Amino acid sequence: MTRRPPQIDENPDGVDLPLESLPGHVSRGRLERVLRRGEFAVTAELNPPDSANAQDVYERAAIFDGWVDGINAVDASGANCHMSSMGICALLTRMGYATIMQIACRDRNRIAIQGDVLGAAAMGVGNIMCLTGDGVQAGDQPGAKPVFDLDCMSLLETVRTMRDEEKFLSGRKLTTPPAVFLGAAINPFAPPHDFRPHRLAKKIVAGAQFVQSQYCYDVPMLKDYMKRVRDMGLDEKCFILVSVGPLASAKTARWIRSNVPGVHIPDSIITRLEGAEKQKEEGKRLCIDIINEVKEIEGVSGIHVMAYRQEEFVAEIVHDSGVLKGRRPWKREPGLDDALVAERLDHILHDNPNERPVDMVKDASEASAE
Amino acid sequence: MTEPSNAKAVTVTQATLVKKARDQLAYKPADVSPDRRVQRRYTMRRWSVRHARLLEWVYARFSSFFLTLHPFWNAVGYARAEKPVKFVERHVKGMMFDCRMCGQCILSSTGMSCPMNCPKQLRNGPCGGVRANGNCEVEPDMPCVWVKAWEGAQAMRHRDAIFEVQKPVDQSLRESSAWLRVTARAARERNNARSNAA
Repeated sequence: MTRRPPQIDENPDGVDLPLESLPGHVSRGRLERVLRRGEFAVTAELNPPDSANAQDVYERAAIFDGWVDGINAVDASGANCHMSSMGICALLTRMGYATIMQIACRDRNRIAIQGDVLGAAAMGVGNIMCLTGDGVQAGDQPGAKPVFDLDCMSLLETVRTMRDEEKFLSGRKLTTPPAVFLGAAINPFAPPHDFRPHRLAKKIVAGAQFVQSQYCYDVPMLKDYMKRVRDMGLDEKCFILVSVGPLASAKTARWIRSNVPGVHIPDSIITRLEGAEKQKEEGKRLCIDIINEVKEIEGVSGIHVMAYRQEEFVAEIVHDSGVLKGRRPWKREPGLDDALVAERLDHILHDNPNERPVDMVKDASEASAE
Repeated sequence: MTEPSNAKAVTVTQATLVKKARDQLAYKPADVSPDRRVQRRYTMRRWSVRHARLLEWVYARFSSFFLTLHPFWNAVGYARAEKPVKFVERHVKGMMFDCRMCGQCILSSTGMSCPMNCPKQLRNGPCGGVRANGNCEVEPDMPCVWVKAWEGAQAMRHRDAIFEVQKPVDQSLRESSAWLRVTARAARERNNARSNAA
């Protein structure tokens, strides 16, 4: 039998036992451990399926096996209807993946959101990302009622209050608070540019512990932003992950620029793609080049790869850019209730299916008599 | 790995179909969202943001004047004064700021640009969808409320008020007078301070 060296992210008493929360950590999740250890984190975004088939989710997640520290489950991104982030997280946590559950304020009010936070934390979701969400006009159902009961800032504060002060927004006590690592989004590429670092500061005050940025295609602009963030000392108070993604072609880039809110793609990128013979290859190359530049920027703690409909490239992009530095993110992570689930499953598999309730009572009383 | 084949099979997305269907409507309404259709033109709003410092000064005087009227409000009864005061407030603030009557006015910390005019009603700063020209993601011809708020806040004395994290809107206070509420609260705090000192 070959023995593998002990891994950092596992319980010393046995790999199948759930991880204990480390002192000073708010969650049991792997993403928090990786970031706090000072390692360069890699997260990716799962393209949510338009189906009710669990297999679709498992297949899409399997592409990331061994390459990422966390998988983002998006909440109807771009206001387009897909499987919910809650549903995806339920499936992925069952399989032991580390998930980052996104919550958008567009679709649910504070009552629904607080309930979902508790449900998610109970399922074993270690990271929750608080977003405002795109307007409904951007998606496939422009006739929907936009909710926006909370905004991303008050959502962060709400979840932080639930976790740290163990109570709902109303003040009612929680018996077990949700142990989650709190995330938020930043967009360094949209006006008003002077306000953007202050907005990050505000998010940190509200509770953000890590942030993922909008797609980065303009590295000089990111550098300016990061400089001001460092001057304000914000990179020491929260982990900043920069989002990158391959562009399939110059045409796609143009479409994204004019149709997806908040994505800034400079002309130089489009010219470079247009000049290439194989645009898809060049898009991937470009993405790796951007990662290589971004990882050198002081204050950047990781990258978030959003390869929409090109998920199969994620492994290659992560490998070629060498951001993991030989580290292999571990795939399976035991959940808190794994033992309980295994016991219940055992009953389903081994109990006599033809046993009637009357017999069960008889057996039980006989057993107790003995 | 069904993903690549799926991507190829689905060439027409739902969003495209919806957009095509919308193009075939009898006529296109002027603005994107119903929120915009009940709002006024941007002229006065922009004026208010440009004169944020003046308005800040005026509001400080005005609120202390309202507070000196506290015995009067108390005699009439705050609940009874609500209706006429709300009428004046709605029209004055409606003209100046395109007020949406949320009942929890935070204009002083948003550079005199009303955040309830944002299609997402954000009270804590701009979303990530602001266009490169500083216009709104939802309403392409509307200047982003928060881009204007940042400009207004730079001119004000209390320019740091924009960095405070605002609580979520209490929807049960909509369509009520923020002026009277602020006055009543200030009067109570003043009384508390006095009784503590005594």
